[in-house]
Amino acid sequence: MDLFQTFFNLDVLVRTFPMLIEGLWLTLQLGVSSIIAGLILGLVLCMIRLYSPAVVRVLARIYIDVFRSIPLLVLLIIVYYALPFVGIRLSPFASAMTALTLVSGAYTAEIFRAGIEAIPKGQFEASAALGLSHRQTMLDVILPQSIRMVIPPLTNNSINVVKDTALASVVAMPDLLKQATQAQALAANPSPLIGAAAIYLAFLLPAVLLVTRLERRFNRGNA
Amino acid sequence: MSGYVSIRNLRKSFGTFEALRGIDLDIGRGEVVCVIGPSGSGKSTLIRCINRLEPFSDESEIRVDDIPVIPGRSLAKVRAEVGMVFQAFNLFPHLTVRENVMLAPRRVRGTSRADAYRQAEMLLARVGIREQADKYPSGLSGGQQQRVAIARALAMEPQVMLFDEPTSALDPEMVGEVLDVMKDLAGTGVTMIVVTHEMGFARQVADRVIFMDSGEVIEAGPPDEIFANPKEARTQNFLKAVLHH
Repeated sequence: MDLFQTFFNLDVLVRTFPMLIEGLWLTLQLGVSSIIAGLILGLVLCMIRLYSPAVVRVLARIYIDVFRSIPLLVLLIIVYYALPFVGIRLSPFASAMTALTLVSGAYTAEIFRAGIEAIPKGQFEASAALGLSHRQTMLDVILPQSIRMVIPPLTNNSINVVKDTALASVVAMPDLLKQATQAQALAANPSPLIGAAAIYLAFLLPAVLLVTRLERRFNRGNA
Repeated sequence: MSGYVSIRNLRKSFGTFEALRGIDLDIGRGEVVCVIGPSGSGKSTLIRCINRLEPFSDESEIRVDDIPVIPGRSLAKVRAEVGMVFQAFNLFPHLTVRENVMLAPRRVRGTSRADAYRQAEMLLARVGIREQADKYPSGLSGGQQQRVAIARALAMEPQVMLFDEPTSALDPEMVGEVLDVMKDLAGTGVTMIVVTHEMGFARQVADRVIFMDSGEVIEAGPPDEIFANPKEARTQNFLKAVLHH
């Protein structure tokens, strides 16, 4: 019973719930804006990586590989604590969003590339033979077909971005985790942490199950 | 005098393999030409150069209606005038049959939706698949898909139609329906260049038959001459192999 009072203290949970909800709101804002910015960055990077002059293509490739290798926490600390030395001072939210977007963009670029390279060459040839420009070919023929294929891995990446928002608490952003640790300190009880974990799960577990379902559906190979 | 499609010194290599070793060819407006020859002879590569799906070197020259087939604006012009039908159909699987036919006129020519729709109805009726207009390509047989591909190419109102082994991927019972559509088309005055293994079609429909081997044009002439009295030994051997098996 003591254990229950320690970790699932209802009284403490109710008292600190508003703090957690505030944190959740910020976490969702950070997650969604980073996912969207990462998608745009990833699409642009992917186009550069596939269809630009060789020199620029190499740069895109280096970017993608570097940002897939660097630990997100290290990048976040650099953005928040190191950039001010060169005069770039970002808020905790902006720092976290920058770091998340830079990394998510690199992963997204690779996901889009795989989606585009999976489209048969004949689709490009038929488009070219009809006189479609490269842009039209991409927008009307290739990307609509790629989207279906990339939805499961993109959802997966989005889950990772939302999970990684928790790192923002180290740069003092009052996200869900930061709020929970503060509530824990105030109440001298760890129940808010358990509450935060439950809230993360409530959002992300359904998303994980969705990916599994999507993958199964797309793998069944309905053309 | 040069032809409507004129090809000069066309050379193309894949690595060290010479696929085309200097082709010179003139094709007149409205002419129906069948290109025959063993596989690997370069016939597909030849017609894929005409709309530059295969890049070729600067020493070679191709012109369509006197427009040089070189990258940039003039290539866009040429591609709008030259339709192509592929062995593997290459229909757009995410679009319905009608949308497949409407896409290029809408995007490249800027045709209005209503006009493109009407034109698609007309073309799909012409190739005999109007009832399937709202289906997706995967719901059609191979023969039907290839007829849609022909309608899609015709929607750009091309002056020249290229056919790259259009019946080679079809089940035997579907070859006829596609050849029939092509025969009708040959009567409309559009210039046709057809790479094919269908000797009956070549004999019946072509104005001129071109026999290729090892990246060269070995012999060319009216079908009666080529099929009845081939002059070159390589032509004779090829025809003997494909006609009496």
